[in-house]
Amino acid sequence: MATIRVTINSTAYCEEVEPRLLLVDFLRDNLGLKGTHIGCEDGVCGACTIILDGRAVKSCMIFAIQVDGADLLTAESLASGGELDPIQEAFREKHALQCGFCSPAMVLSARQLLARNPDPTPPQIRAGISGNICRCTGYTNIVKAIEAAAVKLRALKSGTAG
Amino acid sequence: MRPRTFTYEAPATIPEAIAALQRYGDRAKVLAGGQSLLPMMKLRLVAPQHIIDINRIPGLDQIRIDSGNLVIGALATHDAIENSPIVRSECPLLAETAGHIADPLVRNRGTIGGSLCHADPAADFPLAAIVSKAELIVQGPKGTRAIPADNFLVGFLTTALQPGEILTAIKIPRAQARSAGAHIKISRRTNGPAMVGAAAAVVLDENGHCRDITVGLGAMGPTSIRAKAVEQALRGRRIDDDAVSQAADLVLEGTDPPSDVHASAQYRRAIAPALAARVLRLACERAGARV
Repeated sequence: MATIRVTINSTAYCEEVEPRLLLVDFLRDNLGLKGTHIGCEDGVCGACTIILDGRAVKSCMIFAIQVDGADLLTAESLASGGELDPIQEAFREKHALQCGFCSPAMVLSARQLLARNPDPTPPQIRAGISGNICRCTGYTNIVKAIEAAAVKLRALKSGTAG
Repeated sequence: MRPRTFTYEAPATIPEAIAALQRYGDRAKVLAGGQSLLPMMKLRLVAPQHIIDINRIPGLDQIRIDSGNLVIGALATHDAIENSPIVRSECPLLAETAGHIADPLVRNRGTIGGSLCHADPAADFPLAAIVSKAELIVQGPKGTRAIPADNFLVGFLTTALQPGEILTAIKIPRAQARSAGAHIKISRRTNGPAMVGAAAAVVLDENGHCRDITVGLGAMGPTSIRAKAVEQALRGRRIDDDAVSQAADLVLEGTDPPSDVHASAQYRRAIAPALAARVLRLACERAGARV
């Protein structure tokens, strides 16, 4: 066992982990953060997407012991005080979830995409979420939601800038 | 599935990492980005007893120019390489290839060094490395040596790394005038493992003749391989549509494609010449030829 110190959604944790513990299992089982989902466990489906030091990654492809000292964001970080994040809001408005299993990860991938490219074209959106599989195949509305989220975020940004 | 138990250490320097590898021998595995190693450990295709995580060694992810060469640290991620202004200007083929690997989540984590050491014949970076005439800088108990990418890729998932050695950097000659490269592949889903991958790098002279060319194929043998017959057919020749078509037809010489879950050997043989023609045209066009 080893001790790791890690900041997750602005909360500092100090936990004992076995080296082979996957980051996704650490988040779900040790910390009870169940917004990070396990789909395939093999790095294919992207349901376990989190943001590690500013980059969207698959948490089933990283050992928990590797994130000692890191700063993580999970889906739980998005809504605050009962208010949805603009990307979550857009997903709700555009009916971009069917079973909802892939949604937390989709929203986090969308967040990274929009941080890099505030006005993506639909093909760029599809490329941006290509690591996340929607087993319901509801991609059309997911792409529409991310386009709508881009509009919201740009409006927010110009609002605060003005 | 979950991996078997192992001990974990994250050395802070290359000598410490080499010492750990010497201590454990083939019971140890180096962990870079982990995007191939973790799935293999979970499926229990490999079960190292000791993991040496090199991510805590500072500076191994640097991308820089050193005299005539582009030097890419082994821990540079696919995403960093795809978006690096230095790589885009000095070896655009490598930046293009990086963007063809897997998905954004994997590209944020996977590293060029990890991909090369994994030596999967269907992977994209080993192919780009042989076509870019990369030299792989390896550090070990006996010091530092440079291995041409062609010699580094020994066989299926097998490299020339000796016990205790670590790949630390990839050295590629800087782009010259009238040179260009291209990488394309056919896969079942966008950016998936190559059914066939093809890459070419060409240098033209003032008259549109081919001064130098390297062509390679992925997933057409136990490693990424050079298509030397194609290179010989084009070297010194004026580049035009006929020259490219005739050369592309020679692409199957020396290949031994596998049949696996991605494609049959027969299918690979059927599409390789078309893919070769396409990648040759793209590279030659980018270098300024009319094809």
